[in-house]
Amino acid sequence: MTDQPRPRLSRRDFVRLGVVAPTALAAACGWDGGPLLEPKLRAFSRINDWVGEKILFSRSRLAREYPVSQRTPVMAFPAYSITHNQRGTFPEVPADWAFEVGGLVRTPVRLTRPMIEAMPRVTYTVKHHCVEGWTAIATWTGVSVSAVTQMVQPTADARYLRFDSFDQRYSNGWDLASAMHPQTILAYAWNDRPITIEHGAPLRLYSPVKLGYKLTKYLTGMTFTRERPGGYWEDQGYPWLGGI
Amino acid sequence: MDPERPLVKRHHGLVRAAHWLNAIFLAGMIASGLQIYLAFAHFGPRGYPYFPNPLNGQPIPKWARLGGWLAGGLNWHFALAWPFVLTGLIYLAFLALTGEWRSLLFRPRDVGPAVQMQLYYLRLRKDHPAQGKHNALQKSAYTFIVLLGMLSALTGFAIYKPVQLAWLTSLFGGYELARYWHFWAVWIFVGFTLLHIALVFLVDPASLRAMITGWYRGRFPSHD
Repeated sequence: MTDQPRPRLSRRDFVRLGVVAPTALAAACGWDGGPLLEPKLRAFSRINDWVGEKILFSRSRLAREYPVSQRTPVMAFPAYSITHNQRGTFPEVPADWAFEVGGLVRTPVRLTRPMIEAMPRVTYTVKHHCVEGWTAIATWTGVSVSAVTQMVQPTADARYLRFDSFDQRYSNGWDLASAMHPQTILAYAWNDRPITIEHGAPLRLYSPVKLGYKLTKYLTGMTFTRERPGGYWEDQGYPWLGGI
Repeated sequence: MDPERPLVKRHHGLVRAAHWLNAIFLAGMIASGLQIYLAFAHFGPRGYPYFPNPLNGQPIPKWARLGGWLAGGLNWHFALAWPFVLTGLIYLAFLALTGEWRSLLFRPRDVGPAVQMQLYYLRLRKDHPAQGKHNALQKSAYTFIVLLGMLSALTGFAIYKPVQLAWLTSLFGGYELARYWHFWAVWIFVGFTLLHIALVFLVDPASLRAMITGWYRGRFPSHD
């Protein structure tokens, strides 16, 4: 034994470390985590969902509204849909279109567009945040989801909402707290005009408290559920909450 | 290596663990961040000229990305953010509790010695100024990099929850600017790391062993 401790790593160990570490890093490039880690990353994403929903989200905190003069030029506001991505055409509106509200409710309803437009209006000019990182400002007009919810009276075991569409099988699952936020609406007008097919006509979900991929376009209905509904992108790995 | 020099204990195990874990987490944060950036490789609101950015619209090579696609990048980024922030907080708590911060924090009285150190590096001064564990320029660098880490974390939260944390987002000039600062912090981190590694090998290679084993036998054995 010497009175001074010996270094525990030899020079050769340093060289080994220098070779192994960059090799491991290079092997990880463009890596989604593989079959072993990717499911764990998704599970971890649920922890962030919990923090976002239970700690950071407040139902009374309103997103900032902007003056109409700050709207994004119409042509610069991107519009995505699954049908358009796949075929280059927008989804076709069913001839007998109506908005079905059901699931765990006392009085399910079927709302036509004139019925929806006769309900109290919510209008705001807000910033849209896309998961890709871009933003755009527009005016949205519609009826609040909470007003429609009052009509149908969900039962005590309703914990989530599922929004369905006629854009392939695009759908989104929502937590009730975000859905009942006063700025969460079923929108039928965009920048003071009836909403166009690009932006989800005849009716789309809109809210400034969630990312764009949570805002179901081409709505066919909303359903109150007990189990947490998935969604088109959420099932493929995007964060479920999508709250901002 | 000079056998005459004393072998001294230089870094606590917690500091060494924090250093290397941080290196791994930061690399993961940057690589997954570049994957996310690729989804919209611009800065600034839609419909207006983009903010100045040498990488505007540029593809990011696959070797520099983590996650494979946007959702994968997001999941890596938001998972690694926890250990990245926690490591930073534990490290700072350790510095505060042990008083170790004294040898790292750049204070007004370090300005003079920093100038002298710079003169030495520019060969305008012949002898190496006296120093403790770190010289004044190192203190400025190690203080700056902690601040940069904080800026990265805070701008990250600002663009993660721009509505719920709107006060934080507006502190950085709004969502678009916060995202812009978040991105620039990456390149300052990269530049810092390259300089950091270069200086270790050029000035004091013994410090590499010290950061791995904790033991140091080199040019600057004294402590503050």
